[in-house]
Amino acid sequence: MADKLTKWFGQDNARTYAVREASFEAYWGEMLYIVGPSGSGKTTLLSMISGILRPNSGSVKMGNRDLWSLSDNDIADFRLNTIGFVFQDYHLFPRLTTAENVAIPLILQKRSWSEALCAAKRCLEVVGLTDKAQLLPGKLSGGEQQRVAIARAIVHEPEILVFDEPTASLDGETGRRIVSFVKEKILTAKRCILIITHDSRIFEYSNRIMEMEDGRVTGFKQGQTV
Amino acid sequence: MKEILILAYKLLVNDKGKYTALLVGTTFSVFLIVQMTSSFAGILTKASATVINVGASMWVMDPGVNTVLSSIPMPDYVLDAVRSINGVKYAVPLYSGAALVKLKDGTYQPVTIIGLDDASLFGRPQLLDGNIDDIFAENGFMVVKDEEFPKLQNPKIGTEFEINDHRGVIVGIAKVATGGLYGTPTLYTTYNRALQYIPSTRFTISYILVEPKTTSDVAYIKQQIDRLGYLALTSDEFQTRISNYLKYQTGIGTNTLLMTVISFIVGLSISGQTFYTFILENLEHFGALKAMGAKGRDLVYMILFQAAFTSLAGYGLGIGLSTLLIGAAKWRLPEYASRVTYTNLGLAFLLVLIIASVSSYAGIRRVLKVEPFDIFRG
Repeated sequence: MADKLTKWFGQDNARTYAVREASFEAYWGEMLYIVGPSGSGKTTLLSMISGILRPNSGSVKMGNRDLWSLSDNDIADFRLNTIGFVFQDYHLFPRLTTAENVAIPLILQKRSWSEALCAAKRCLEVVGLTDKAQLLPGKLSGGEQQRVAIARAIVHEPEILVFDEPTASLDGETGRRIVSFVKEKILTAKRCILIITHDSRIFEYSNRIMEMEDGRVTGFKQGQTV
Repeated sequence: MKEILILAYKLLVNDKGKYTALLVGTTFSVFLIVQMTSSFAGILTKASATVINVGASMWVMDPGVNTVLSSIPMPDYVLDAVRSINGVKYAVPLYSGAALVKLKDGTYQPVTIIGLDDASLFGRPQLLDGNIDDIFAENGFMVVKDEEFPKLQNPKIGTEFEINDHRGVIVGIAKVATGGLYGTPTLYTTYNRALQYIPSTRFTISYILVEPKTTSDVAYIKQQIDRLGYLALTSDEFQTRISNYLKYQTGIGTNTLLMTVISFIVGLSISGQTFYTFILENLEHFGALKAMGAKGRDLVYMILFQAAFTSLAGYGLGIGLSTLLIGAAKWRLPEYASRVTYTNLGLAFLLVLIIASVSSYAGIRRVLKVEPFDIFRG
């Protein structure tokens, strides 16, 4: 639950509000979209929720835990164990194989390489890329790279998945296929997926849509009704 | 920890272009550092060749002496005075000087003459050919078979030459542990014959070689000789004195130091800049790791490991390359003045550690400043 999250950049007269008192709840088993025009504060809000950017005021609660009352190390652990990130431009490591890329969160959790690679291969199977495990990301298409990023985001079985513009670099058909796949295969009753997007072609897959404008949450809609 | 370091290793070595550039930079730097310092060590060793080859425990000399060849003759009474010091087992004179030899074809060749004590022949070289007693025969000289030997037209036993209008005959061919620095052949003869054949000053003893009864007598002997107005040094101290003279009172030490510093700067520039560029190119990946939950210390360990791994690999390659080239040079030029010592290796290692530390420090500072938010928003 996000409660009155506020974030500004700059000081005094140069202060610019990116997010103003944004409050909302997300639920397990839900695919929540955060939509709005560029500069509306979507990415800043999601960064505060996922423990990447410290808010100036407000709180993020998961159960009874207040995320931003934790130490920096504990927040890093929270990101490592609870959140799975799919970055807009994937941030795959070009000189590691696909399987090694997927294994990274487990490596950061100090699991052994053999265990991490086994888990990575299982996740690649889930996203349908078993045969690409030994390829470098540069050899994959955009859609395949997206699926590798998804496999990396789920390999450590996080409770929250965060997608930033997952379809931005994909054609319409591939984008729809990816999001549909995420909803069918990745979303579970014990997982919540938060997606930032402008892409109205994928709105049909959402459970709920949160709209933002000028840093404020302006409303919620049911995905199917948009 | 091990898993993170393996990740760091893969990120480093899989970037073959950068990794090669890093290795080349460090290797080249270590090669230059070791090459320069080894040459210097070789020169220092060769400058002390006579001290090493004669093998006396203590040397008595005029306090103005800085190298073996620049001896300042001492009067005969010093020898008697030294012999009378408590704790001296025995003391013998040694002549060390330069002369011109006229060869059979009429050409002249500068040589180093070592005159050994007639009674004991203390400090004599190991004979390869001939009989040591023949040195007492009329005009007898022994020649050292080293790299300078051909300059005497490869003499054999019985070969004659002229030295200061005296006839000389080769009666033995010897070998020594270390060749000299100055590129002249070495002839051994008796002390008295050296004085007889070579023009000398009023005082004639170049050095007095002393054997103390026990090592605990060394300090007392040095003290007593100091009271006579002369200087007594152990073999090691004499070598150090020669080294210090070359290091600090000639241009050789300064030149070597400058070249070593230049090599270090070259290495630091190439390796440091390449490593920093490597970090900058991977900055977004480090940021992504940070966003995914890597802690600052994990990233620091990764960078330190990458810097240390590259440096140690470069160090090994640099040492190997130096050794190879020094070996090849010595194969063609056996008297090539170069010697890899533990001090050279230690110095190169220290400088490589500094290169690695500076490179990684700059990279670590940059990586720790990366905000995961900047990565997340692209």
